Amino acid sequence: MTWILFLEQCLNGLQFGLMLFLLVAGLTLIFGIMDLINLAHGSLYMIGAYLVATFTQATGSFLLAVPLGLAATAVIGMVVEATVLRGLYKRDHLSQVLATFALILIANESTRAIWGLQALTLNVPEALSGSVELLPGLHYSAFRLAIIIVGLLVAAGLYFLVVRTRIGMLVRAGASNRQMATAMGTNIKWLFTAVFGAGAALCALAGAMLSPLLVVQVGMGESILILAFVTVVIGGIGSMRGAFIGALLVGIVDTFGRAFIPPLLRTILPPALADAAGPSLAAISIYLLMVIVLFWKPQGLFPAGS
Amino acid sequence: MKKKLLCLALAGAMSMAAQAADKVKVGFVSTLSGPGGILGVAIRDGFQLGIEHTGGKLGGLPVELLIEDDQQKPDVAKQLADKLIKRDKVDFMTGIVFQNILQAAQASVLGSETYYISPNTGPSELAGAGCNPYFFAVSWVSDSYSEATGKNMTDKGYKNVFVIAPNYPGGKDVVNGFKRYYKGNYAGEVYTKLGQLDYAVEISQMRAAKPDAVFFFLPGGMGVNFLKQWHQAGMNKEFPLFGTGWSFDQDTLAAVGEPTLGALNASHWNLDLDNAANKKFVADFEKKFGRLPNEFAAQGYDAAMLIDAAVRDVKGKIEDKAALRKALEAANFKSVRGAFKFNKNHFPIQNYYLRQVVKDDKGRFVNKTAGTIFTDHQDAYVSACNM
Repeated sequence: MTWILFLEQCLNGLQFGLMLFLLVAGLTLIFGIMDLINLAHGSLYMIGAYLVATFTQATGSFLLAVPLGLAATAVIGMVVEATVLRGLYKRDHLSQVLATFALILIANESTRAIWGLQALTLNVPEALSGSVELLPGLHYSAFRLAIIIVGLLVAAGLYFLVVRTRIGMLVRAGASNRQMATAMGTNIKWLFTAVFGAGAALCALAGAMLSPLLVVQVGMGESILILAFVTVVIGGIGSMRGAFIGALLVGIVDTFGRAFIPPLLRTILPPALADAAGPSLAAISIYLLMVIVLFWKPQGLFPAGS
Repeated sequence: MKKKLLCLALAGAMSMAAQAADKVKVGFVSTLSGPGGILGVAIRDGFQLGIEHTGGKLGGLPVELLIEDDQQKPDVAKQLADKLIKRDKVDFMTGIVFQNILQAAQASVLGSETYYISPNTGPSELAGAGCNPYFFAVSWVSDSYSEATGKNMTDKGYKNVFVIAPNYPGGKDVVNGFKRYYKGNYAGEVYTKLGQLDYAVEISQMRAAKPDAVFFFLPGGMGVNFLKQWHQAGMNKEFPLFGTGWSFDQDTLAAVGEPTLGALNASHWNLDLDNAANKKFVADFEKKFGRLPNEFAAQGYDAAMLIDAAVRDVKGKIEDKAALRKALEAANFKSVRGAFKFNKNHFPIQNYYLRQVVKDDKGRFVNKTAGTIFTDHQDAYVSACNM
């Protein structure tokens, strides 16, 4: 293995982690602040991806489609929050899980009814379709590089918003102690709707950035949802910093697990055994990471309010 | 007197049994919704077009087609099969797309001695020691496509191939078929998690391993994602890519477009196969459904044609199971793939073709037949079948 391959895999891990962060940022806030387990978070990601793909086909411009898709998904998110989820905050987690699971089914079936069975595919915008030579011999896809830049910008923006602004202060207060924040006169109702809308927009952004790489299809949200919850738990529920570090950790560990565990096992085990164990071990690496983190830090790496 | 009456009654019953049925009931269980739904829909469309071409009848008898959606869930498929067999008393079953779904339903179907015509999945156990008189496949054994791809890569002189497949029994089976006919070395072998979406890690590994070609087996959405990312990483300019026909069926080509261009794959059927049955099938399919057919549709069509021929050959007496089996084995129909005959394990002996994805004169992405890899190919399991 060369150091160029190593660097390339680091970039792959970073890119995956940052995409995960976009999904997890909204999820952790909703989970932390509203104490709502929202299984339908993945559906917002799917809806975002579908809308961006459709707007791209309609307008012919990916750049124009992204803000349109983001805004539309945010509106859908807020409408769902105001009509369905608002009644669930006082219920126990089981009711929330059941209700949001129902939302997944509704979202999937409606998507199928509107867009049909065939998955949508979106090609990378022309300007970003090539690869960039970062170092001599290290060619990296320009679009994946763009994903990394967008992810870092959003992370910086969120950090500024949450740590440096009044809205961020309310959000943090809500995450640390909901009752106290309400008692201090925060309009929790509107705050919740706004946070939910922002979370939905971040989901849509993840969907938009991934749609040229992945197939846009019904059920795409569920496959990534478990990973998103794992990240929330590793990072600490309700913590933006935890979401960021957790997502990067999961991205890097998953990438390195897939890239380096099977060849490593082949050097120490007989080939038949290594071929059987390697892929399985690589697939569970993030869950091992979660077990290890929870063993030492049961609240996650950066629990909110600590 | 009593004896005489009994004899008369018996004779009556026997003449009843030998009389032709008044209709054929076909139970069609398939995956019509969910991510795999597109495959079941193709098979169903092909099957229905087949019935249309035979004048809305099968073997001269009116058809009652009972279509059910298994939602790609094994338990649902088993319930549906039980219902169709016990309550509706169907004469034939067909339709199932996926191997694990068939496994769940197969005991109910074959155990009840109902003929099952597989329009798609062909498990190797049913081709070998587990072959069954009531099971017929108009498709292939699950490793046939990869056998053909392996053979083609050996013929072309590739010596150092990188292989990628999902880490599940079906993936390993397909790779084993490939290895049976590919004789060179391996630059690398990667088995990914089933359902993996992003292949950046594996593509980086491939580039670093510098193979002289890549063979991939990633069914469904996995393959589409892989193809897109392969294309974006510029790998299509560096390495030839080989796959099975399933990854390059017409529906996939239409949806994915550009990234599939130039890829080589193996299949038993293609749009441009030059025979009268195929020309009629392709033209009428496009006219009726507004899209070009794929191999799944062709298999569905052939399943209908096989039933039609068998029912016709027994002159509608489908209660006579032994005669019906002989008629099915004779497969007296014109397949859209050209020459067709069953081996003793009820799997086809057929040709496998090399196809390449090109742009046709209407700007559509289609497979162009680029050669014949196997002629009258038999699967590797038939010798284990005692039937």
